[in-house]
Amino acid sequence: MNVFLALTFSGVALGAVYFLAASGLSLIYGLMDILNFAHGLFMTLGAYAAWDVASHLPASWGAPLLFAIAIVASILGGALAAGLTEVVIIRPLYGRPIGQILVTIGLDLAVVGLLLGGFGSNSLSVPVPLWLIEASHVGGLSLPNSDFVALIAGAVVLVSLELFLRKTRYGITIRAGVENRDMVSALGINVGRAFTLVFVIGGAMAGLAGLLYAVVFSGDLISPTQGDSLLIFAFIVVVIGGLGSIRGSAVAALAVGLVQDYTNFYLGSHPGMAEIGNLSVVLLLAVVLEWRPRGLFGSTL
Amino acid sequence: MTNALDVSDLHVTIAGSHVLQGVSIEVPVGGVTALLGRNGVGKTTTLRALLGLVASTGAISVLGTDVRGWSTHRIVRLGVGYVPEDRDVFAGLTVAENLRLAERVDEPRYDEVYAIFPELRERTRQRAGTLSGGQQQMVSIARALLNGWPLLLVDEPSKGLAPRLVSELADALERVATLATVLLVEQNLALVRRLAQRIVVLDHGEVVHVGDAHELDDPELAKRFLGVTGVR
Repeated sequence: MNVFLALTFSGVALGAVYFLAASGLSLIYGLMDILNFAHGLFMTLGAYAAWDVASHLPASWGAPLLFAIAIVASILGGALAAGLTEVVIIRPLYGRPIGQILVTIGLDLAVVGLLLGGFGSNSLSVPVPLWLIEASHVGGLSLPNSDFVALIAGAVVLVSLELFLRKTRYGITIRAGVENRDMVSALGINVGRAFTLVFVIGGAMAGLAGLLYAVVFSGDLISPTQGDSLLIFAFIVVVIGGLGSIRGSAVAALAVGLVQDYTNFYLGSHPGMAEIGNLSVVLLLAVVLEWRPRGLFGSTL
Repeated sequence: MTNALDVSDLHVTIAGSHVLQGVSIEVPVGGVTALLGRNGVGKTTTLRALLGLVASTGAISVLGTDVRGWSTHRIVRLGVGYVPEDRDVFAGLTVAENLRLAERVDEPRYDEVYAIFPELRERTRQRAGTLSGGQQQMVSIARALLNGWPLLLVDEPSKGLAPRLVSELADALERVATLATVLLVEQNLALVRRLAQRIVVLDHGEVVHVGDAHELDDPELAKRFLGVTGVR
């Protein structure tokens, strides 16, 4: 029972990271019909921004402060990368979805290549405080502190994003734009600004996801291709949840995280079953699409 | 005085089909001008082209400003309210959110809107997707009225509404027409006869007749241009 509870906890933490990675992707697709293959790049760049800042500041500042700065850097790095991508690369290609897909793939390949050239293919280690590597004991369970961080980050982002989308004018504009973009402009609203905003928000969350993924699941190591592997799961989460739906992304991210965690633990140790966790996620996707072709939450936000 | 709308030689091609073939329309300030024609002759496309929602060639002047090449939101901000075919309310948003999104001036005219559609005041927190067709039409018209703008483009407001609702709608539109210049696309000739002073008839992407709304009393004209037998 304890093992199951601990697994559930780490599955939820994994789900939180998937949610951060996927929600921006989902909003971008919902509003702009863009399959943004550069989203994994925003995750990677967020992680590299965090590493770059944290490893160049004086260690005397103390690990907790440096880590806090690293988190901010990952968010800003992802947001900046995404904002620039929208303004410089996506905007000239409005109304040409194939062009947009190709250009985001190309951008991802090119920048990942530059990172490989600049930083090498070896993983880099993000400096983190000691307590982040330790575990807390809760009711007989030993739970990694890094999982708590992921969980809290996911929850804070989910709640703020929901509040933003429901209470602010920009949020309402984005929800309306997901439903009917033409009608939003026919009310005299510059939809292009909403596009940039959605990219910036999505990029910020992706950047944070990139850092947290490294901290929670890969021993504080970052590499140029980490975003691309995370992107695959983000796409699966978006499709399961329903394109354009934040709640759908949240529910789907939890489901994917849990399924992956359970199957990895219970089945993954058998011979030849090392990849069973990834396979189970794809099976989950197939089952959900068979049952609800538009994903769990259809196309409403 | 300049016209509210001046369109000349408007051409629109959608997916290889030449939908508008040189449409020219003048809409004077004040009153209701009805844009008539059979299904598929390009009435909705004309309105969408005026708003920059479909690409077009030709000259378009909205409220005295040449808007060729402008994006939709800039044209709308000149002072154009749009009530699209099928209403296009945002189903996932509440009535209040639908209206809030339409606010473009510092003092939106909620009093005026609620005076015409008192029912909306009680439904502000309801999701627009759960409203009846008639109520959605109210939201759609209310969005266009909220800013007190001088020009309204209204596309088939009676479409899909029960006859009783059409007469309520006519009452509302009659009041709307005292507030703004209206270009009305409508198939219901009785409604047109009641609201409009001028008619413009489109056929095969061209204007084939411009005249006075009284002419609709002549069954020959109605039959010739609109394929219907007189005013229903």
